[in-house]
Amino acid sequence: MALRTAITRRILSSSSAVHATRSMSSWWKNVEPAPKDPILGVTEAFLADPNPDKVNVGVGAYRDDNGKPVVLDCVREAERRIAGNMNMCFDYCLTISNFREYLPMGGSNKMVEETLKLAYGDDSDLIKDKRIAAVQALSGTGACRLFADFQKRFSPDSQIYIPVPTWANHHNIWRDANVPQRTFHYYHPESKGLDFASLMDDVKNAPNGSFFLLHACAHNPTGVDPTVEQWKEISYQFKVKGHFAFFDMAYQGFASGDPERDAKSIRIFLEDGHLIGCSQSYAKNMGLYGQRVGCLSLVCEDEKQAVAVKSQLQQLARPMYSNPPVHGALIVSTILGDPELKQLWLKEVKGMADRIIGMRSALKENIEKLGSPLSWEHITKQIGMFCYSGMTPEQVDRLTNEYHIYMTRNGRISMAGVTTGNVEYLAKAIHEVTKGA
Amino acid sequence: MENVDKLEMNSSAADRRLSTLARHLAVTINNEGSSIFSSPTSAGDSAFANVARAPEDPILGVTVAYNKDPSPVKLNLGVGAYRTEEGKPLVLNVVRKAEQLLVNDRSRVKEYLPIVGLADFNKLSAKLILGADSPAIHGNLVTTVQCLSGTGSLRVGAEFLARHYRERTIYIPNPTWGNHTKVFTLAGLTVKTYRYYDPVTRGLNIQGLLEDLESAPTGAIVLLHACAHNPTGVDPTLQQWEQIRQMIRSKSLLPFFDSAYQGFASGSLDGDAQSVRMFVGDGGECFIAQSYAKNMGLYGERVGALSIVCRTADVASRVNSQLKLVIRPMYSNPPIHGASIVATILKDRNLYHEWTLELKAMADRIITMRKHLFDALGARGTPGDWSHIIKQIGMFTFTGLNRKQVTFMTKEYHIYMTSDGRISMAGLSSRTVPHLADAIHAAVTTVV
Repeated sequence: MALRTAITRRILSSSSAVHATRSMSSWWKNVEPAPKDPILGVTEAFLADPNPDKVNVGVGAYRDDNGKPVVLDCVREAERRIAGNMNMCFDYCLTISNFREYLPMGGSNKMVEETLKLAYGDDSDLIKDKRIAAVQALSGTGACRLFADFQKRFSPDSQIYIPVPTWANHHNIWRDANVPQRTFHYYHPESKGLDFASLMDDVKNAPNGSFFLLHACAHNPTGVDPTVEQWKEISYQFKVKGHFAFFDMAYQGFASGDPERDAKSIRIFLEDGHLIGCSQSYAKNMGLYGQRVGCLSLVCEDEKQAVAVKSQLQQLARPMYSNPPVHGALIVSTILGDPELKQLWLKEVKGMADRIIGMRSALKENIEKLGSPLSWEHITKQIGMFCYSGMTPEQVDRLTNEYHIYMTRNGRISMAGVTTGNVEYLAKAIHEVTKGA
Repeated sequence: MENVDKLEMNSSAADRRLSTLARHLAVTINNEGSSIFSSPTSAGDSAFANVARAPEDPILGVTVAYNKDPSPVKLNLGVGAYRTEEGKPLVLNVVRKAEQLLVNDRSRVKEYLPIVGLADFNKLSAKLILGADSPAIHGNLVTTVQCLSGTGSLRVGAEFLARHYRERTIYIPNPTWGNHTKVFTLAGLTVKTYRYYDPVTRGLNIQGLLEDLESAPTGAIVLLHACAHNPTGVDPTLQQWEQIRQMIRSKSLLPFFDSAYQGFASGSLDGDAQSVRMFVGDGGECFIAQSYAKNMGLYGERVGALSIVCRTADVASRVNSQLKLVIRPMYSNPPIHGASIVATILKDRNLYHEWTLELKAMADRIITMRKHLFDALGARGTPGDWSHIIKQIGMFTFTGLNRKQVTFMTKEYHIYMTSDGRISMAGLSSRTVPHLADAIHAAVTTVV
């Protein structure tokens, strides 16, 4: 070893002649600094602020009523079991003997099975008939990206219709997959609700067989969801036009507190026979943000097609990351595979959703109590983690500069950041910057 | 629609399918005007009906075949995952300890990592490959981002190159890991090869390698295996690395290191990093993809890092910002668990030391298996020169067996390996070496 190092040193010192021939400047000197991510930049600014009253209603990560991030009890227990299992003799735990080794390219079968049940229903015929091509993905982002790459490869002439507004990263995902984008009307600023008429027009006017991105529930960033009746109409029109529906479901359970209810839009489409695509994420509803656990599924005509489609999805995953991370998948399958833990999870999800629903009421009441002339109905009509307040960028800037309240400049408030401790302060600040409007 | 009731039903799946379709048809017929029949993708026609089934991954397919084989003497020498002398997967003790620490730390949360991953992990990974005293690190010339193991690091680096680098061609050694070509192609690069393995000597074709690099266009990217070349196990000597370095720098080629076996090859972390440090030491720029899959046994956790060594700190910072734009639309931010384990181990002096011992033990066991196999073939008088078994390094041996011989060994001796004759030494034990030696002997003497 010492000899090797000595040789190296001698070789290096004798190569000074080479130094003269290397190019003197960087290959990267023309690389522009990239713009900061608008959402994550908010938290950075918040953290840098020393003011004691500061409030972070920027990033969509759940907080408890003390403003602290939460690790669900069911997750702690699952992790305890997983860590405990590591110390067992491998002969004993054959089912998870290779759990630290590579998952198959399609991920954990157990986790995928359980995840499909959530979206498609426990008794789904599609699952029984093995008509769903599904792979574990890197949370919602990864599932959407895998789908976008798949769409590019197998429907190369297609475009994706994206609602206005939507999660900003959706645009990045389909752009990087080289799928051209179009938009469809969604949010109605005047009513702070759904622009249903324009949405339907856009659906009708799109060429037959177009691909649409739909938020299954708790639309991000507006919190505005179609009603059940509206979903039925959308589904019908999709049938008429032969459109492809891709659902991004990042908040199942988190919106109403009831996962079955939150999957209603998908179930309506399935009832109508649509062969949908679906991205699912456990980032928020199981609090597994950093574990990057999710699932991409595509409903196919039959089992044979599902096998083919799954094999092609794996072909896209292999050159991206080979196979997905095991830890988060283990947590999910441990929880969903154990009836007691699953019950605990459902209870905790409902708890999170209820707290947010409670904060919506509290915020609205507090603003109204201050005598605001404006309507704040939308705070309680909207659903999920976010409230599209309707505030302008200038008003948001005032909130930040004068009141140390941090949110994205589109006026989106992350309700998860609202607590009984800060709701009055927040209400007051909102009232102050909007009362002259 | 009474006809539906009279249709033959072969299976309950067909039942359900038909009744669903019938419902839709009934709905359609009752509506005026709209004709769902004729729309291109009515509920019932898949948008992806034209999708053909992809071929099985050749490497992972070996394990699939192995699992199906009922023979009690079957041996899986396919996938490169370490096995103990008892043939079991191994969770390192330091990893167990680190994981317990993490589980017991109630203050830990599982929120999103930054796009570029865990900061500690990034710093420690750069130190691991470049050396704690590296001037490049001290000068802030290195930007490191956490990625999904080696694959993810390669892909992110390649995507960055495809967007920002003036040359779109990457030269990869022949042969190389099966997934390299796809990774670079999907990232938008054009893949060419340079000569590497010499089947006659079963060693390095240094002449061919240097010639091919010389004829590469100025600025082209060159993929280099930092140590323990996969699949051949053939590494350049330090002198040969120096020749390679000079050639690369003289042509302003851009080196992209794939370091998947640091510490695993020779048993020494510093030793296995010599090639990389040689290049960084001359002040030039390079890319490095690191994986902790093998050397920390964290395979399924997908932990790795991409480091880009730049000329100036300002450039490194701008490059870092652009890497974020590659990562965000791919998976937003990397998984936290594996990186936390690695950081816990690397930053604790005792755990780190313990890790080096466990790493050396794994490397030593493999080196021992090489010796056993070599001796066993010698004892059987198997024709041919088998010294490459002990000259090659790392997890794999490129036996030099041809396809027919490999097929013979699978069929007659239930030995599973990739069809290029690559065997994973990690899959061998003292107990199974004789069986393998018998199989090789039979293959070489009866199948040509």
